[in-house]
Amino acid sequence: MALWLDTLVVLIILTNLKLLGSSRLRACIQVVAFQGILLSLVPMLAGAGHLTPRIVALALLTMTVKGVIFPWLLLRVLRTANVHREMEPFVSYTTSILVGVGLLAASVWMGRQLPLPVPSQSPLVVPLALFNTMVGLFVLVSRRKALTQVLGYLVMENGIYAFGLAFALEEPLLVELGTLLDVFMAVFIMGIMIFHINRELDHIDTDRLSVLKD
Amino acid sequence: MNPTSFSLPLAAVVLAPLVPAVINRTKAWFAGRQGQPLLQGYYDLAKLMGKGAVYSRTTSWVFRAGPLVSLACVLTALAVLPLGGARPPLSFAGDPVLLLYLLGVARFFTISAAMDTGSAFEGMGASREAQFSALTEFTMLVSLAALVKLGHLPLPAGVEAGSPYSLQGIYASLTATMWMRYGTVLLLAATALMVAVLCENSRIPVDDPTTHLELTMIHEVMVLDHSGPDLAMIFYGAAMKLWILCALLAGLLIPMRSGNAWLDAGAVIGGIFLLAVAIGVIESCLARLRLLRVPQFLTGAGVLAIVALLLAFWV
Amino acid sequence: MHLILVAVVVLLCSGLFALLWGGKPSRANFLGVGGALLGCLIGIVPAAMILWTGQTEAIHWAWPVPYGSFFLYLDALSAFFLLPILGLSAVAALYGSRYLFSYRDRKNLGAAWFFFNLLVASMALVVLARNGVLFLLCWEAMSLASFFLVTFENEREGVRQAGWTYLVATHLGTAFLFILFILLSRGTGSMDFDGLTRASLPGTTAASLAFALAVIGFGTKAGFVPFHVWLPEAHPAAPSHVSAVMSGVMIKTGIYGLLRTLTFLGPPEPWWGWLLIGLGLVSGVMGVLFALAQHDLKRLLAYHSVENIGIIGLGLGLGVLGMALDQPVMAVLGLGGGLLHVLNHAMFKGLLFLGAGAVLHASHTREIDRLGGLIKRMPWTAAMFLAGSVAICGLPPLNGFVSEFLIYVAAFKGLWSSSTTLAAVAAIGGLGVIGGLAVACFTKAFGVVFQGEPRSAQAAQAREVDWGLRIPMILLASACLAIAFLAPQMIQLLRPVLEVMTGPSGEGLQNAISVVMYPLRSVVLLSALFLLVLALLAWGRRRLLAGRPVVEGVTWDCGYARPGARMQYSASSFAQPLTRMFNVILRIRRQGQEPHGFFPQRASLRTHGDDVFRDGFYAPIFQGIEWFMLRAHNLQQGRVQIYLLYVAVTVLVLLLWNLR
Repeated sequence: MALWLDTLVVLIILTNLKLLGSSRLRACIQVVAFQGILLSLVPMLAGAGHLTPRIVALALLTMTVKGVIFPWLLLRVLRTANVHREMEPFVSYTTSILVGVGLLAASVWMGRQLPLPVPSQSPLVVPLALFNTMVGLFVLVSRRKALTQVLGYLVMENGIYAFGLAFALEEPLLVELGTLLDVFMAVFIMGIMIFHINRELDHIDTDRLSVLKD
Repeated sequence: MNPTSFSLPLAAVVLAPLVPAVINRTKAWFAGRQGQPLLQGYYDLAKLMGKGAVYSRTTSWVFRAGPLVSLACVLTALAVLPLGGARPPLSFAGDPVLLLYLLGVARFFTISAAMDTGSAFEGMGASREAQFSALTEFTMLVSLAALVKLGHLPLPAGVEAGSPYSLQGIYASLTATMWMRYGTVLLLAATALMVAVLCENSRIPVDDPTTHLELTMIHEVMVLDHSGPDLAMIFYGAAMKLWILCALLAGLLIPMRSGNAWLDAGAVIGGIFLLAVAIGVIESCLARLRLLRVPQFLTGAGVLAIVALLLAFWV
Repeated sequence: MHLILVAVVVLLCSGLFALLWGGKPSRANFLGVGGALLGCLIGIVPAAMILWTGQTEAIHWAWPVPYGSFFLYLDALSAFFLLPILGLSAVAALYGSRYLFSYRDRKNLGAAWFFFNLLVASMALVVLARNGVLFLLCWEAMSLASFFLVTFENEREGVRQAGWTYLVATHLGTAFLFILFILLSRGTGSMDFDGLTRASLPGTTAASLAFALAVIGFGTKAGFVPFHVWLPEAHPAAPSHVSAVMSGVMIKTGIYGLLRTLTFLGPPEPWWGWLLIGLGLVSGVMGVLFALAQHDLKRLLAYHSVENIGIIGLGLGLGVLGMALDQPVMAVLGLGGGLLHVLNHAMFKGLLFLGAGAVLHASHTREIDRLGGLIKRMPWTAAMFLAGSVAICGLPPLNGFVSEFLIYVAAFKGLWSSSTTLAAVAAIGGLGVIGGLAVACFTKAFGVVFQGEPRSAQAAQAREVDWGLRIPMILLASACLAIAFLAPQMIQLLRPVLEVMTGPSGEGLQNAISVVMYPLRSVVLLSALFLLVLALLAWGRRRLLAGRPVVEGVTWDCGYARPGARMQYSASSFAQPLTRMFNVILRIRRQGQEPHGFFPQRASLRTHGDDVFRDGFYAPIFQGIEWFMLRAHNLQQGRVQIYLLYVAVTVLVLLLWNLR
């Protein structure tokens, strides 16, 4: 069902653009959670018919971690830190969206140019992976709040996950679980960090952390 | 050249004032009112045609030319407008550009007529119209380009293939098979076009056609000073523009390409009225956006159009 | 061919005589204008003949200058550029005869006409010259003549500044051209153009280098962003008929140079096309955005020249890309659209500058926000300016649409092949954005200058200019209409020109042209239909209103008792939503004092839309150079002993270097 896979990919692209364009942190977290859920559905559709229990289990696990646990953690941090908006990002929202479109064009082009070792499952997944990675990086460098940066990190990780999907549907379960665990730990630690930054300094603006350098 | 192609503009000329009426009835139904009769548009036109005119002393001939030029533009544009697979009287490579640029001429003269009154209100409306339409024109061009890029599947028997990159060529190729294969891209392009339809026809959430506060109006405030037959021409021209843009969208959304031009055109005309109902529903359910948010909304639509084009390139 | 020489001689001699009789304004005026008109009309004949018959003519005389020869050659490409150069110059001279006459007490008209005729003659020679030395000589003469015309009102500080900026920019551009010609002639040792072919260049890298040099050198003259900074300074400073010539045709010699260089370089590389498309897109969008932020009518028009050069760049870029990737239809239509836009832009930009000149003549101000209501006082000028505005926005039924239409069709063609899709997307999206913003900009310019109520006493007292200024505008406006309705014939006329560019590949060319013949005929048909419907509607309204009350009143003022002219929307407020939206690029500075309290007293607001490239890119570079030069100033001690020491040290160092 190429159409369904296409729809998923388009929806993931749109979630990225939405993330670039929204100022409310709560909305951002929800968007990234939604993206995680969508992404976890990709292996079920990309398999073209043979749904093994392993794929289903992996998809369910990814869905739980990315779609439920992460947002729950981050929303909790959001409540304690008591910030609701990303004020004054380094790049304005409209410009961010336009940059996003530029990144999309670049990843489409690169996806065509990139010599691939193995034929990928779908022509759409490699550019999607590149796009997610680049959007994640862009969010990391262009936003002030630590929370948004965590989201950028998550989006980037989603891109890497999609890269994996593109080549090896039959990836060893252990590797996949390991990555998932890594990300989980990272988000967990960053959540605690943000909590502490906020408690000590009353804000979570990372650019203002530079005063700590000496 | 066959009778169907000439009946398309004729249908538009006769039926166009019905479309705003359908929107009005839908809104009335949502508000629990009975609403205007469906023929109210025609009554209004007849009434206005029978009146004299009042012109401001500040205005010049440009003000008087404004409604004439706008109406002439949309009437001329009908010559290249296909209804789904049905062929318009004239179809040639690049006619989407001509259609959009004719709407541009109409806009140029509507804005100029508004500036001619020297009123701050109308200047404000003109300024906003100039900004918003610059954004939607881009959106429509890019969406149509995405459709051009997609259209290379073989056509069902009986559907006339237009020349490449003509509106007829684009719409003849938008078959059900196309929807099965490239549904997502088409849906993105359709969403972008829908926003363009709402904005160009000054509908909620961009503009409110029923507001009566000059500061918040966009299109309505520009035509404040017109009266009598001029106002009739503006109403009629606006209905026609709504018809044209809805036809572009309905032709995309309704992939009925039977090869029988009457049937195809009929389906698209049905689609236009369904779209009118949809616009009525949108107007009843949504509030107007704050003016500062409108450019973001329109940029978003433009981004959707670009994404559609990139995906069309990709698949 | 000899006719064209006669034309050049007539231009030069009449200019010289005008200079000699500079003391008597009316005689100098008569000589200058008469010579310019006569020269241009004589010159147009052979140019038109060449385009019609497709033959070429040459003059080749020896010239005792190293590498030089007096080699003129009139082919279709030269002839196509000669047409607007001579045509617009003739019309501008006609206009200038009335326009400059009002300066007769203060200025030496003889000198002005000398430089004007020199400018026209040198532009004609630039497109005819087929020898590097001769070309550069004429190029320099053109730059210098226009420099003296720009500084015509040299008692004003701003004008002198603009003149210097122009002089520096144009010479920097010429420096790149010197390197280009030296590079090109390296193989043959002769600078005659027929010897300059790709064969003389070792490999594609050298050809690409030559192309890059040509883009910088000729791009500076043409005004591509970011080499455009001189353009919005110099064009407004010149007298209006000179602005028309400079904006309308002189910058096009840059486009000509680029095209001519392409014919030397043989089959182009794809990235040349991409570069031109990129430059075109940036120039087009930036040009129109900066134009939106301007308050000075002529400056606004100057930025629109940058925009239109961008559109030309988009067309040529698609053409070059099509040539490189062997897509003849896209190549022919892109080049054809770009070339036709060269002609079209000459017509409508000339018209608009003449219109702006008439406004300046009548109201003595170029400040848009001090004007208003001129359509009542100057109906002819207003109507002509409106025609120019519609044309420059690329709207049917005038000529701007035809050339943009060709570029659009080329881009649609490019959409289908995956190697050119992105270029096509850039062209379609770019033209869409540019078109929408241009409509915003010209409804602003026309609306604020000509419509509403006058915003100052100067505007209220303006009177219509006399026929000497009106007739040139009417001529150009009719040319705009004529080109639009003769579009299919125009593309046939372009055929020999395109042959020069793409090589004589007869069938592919004719094939590509026939792709657009039917569309162009349909566009003409629909334009006629549009005018017919318009006439019918006007007649219908007249019939309806006959015998009914038609009342004149005041504009609806929302019940406010005393609306004043200053409450009208101004140019700045009209453009504000757009300039705000694009402030990332425009970086508009705001100055002033906001009103305070319940009964606010004085308040003011000024906005400045300065050129970002000038302030952010060139200014730091030139300041750096100045800093370095000031340091170097220390070397100049003014004592002979020190200078002798320099000489001695230099000699010693050279000696050591040689003996090493």
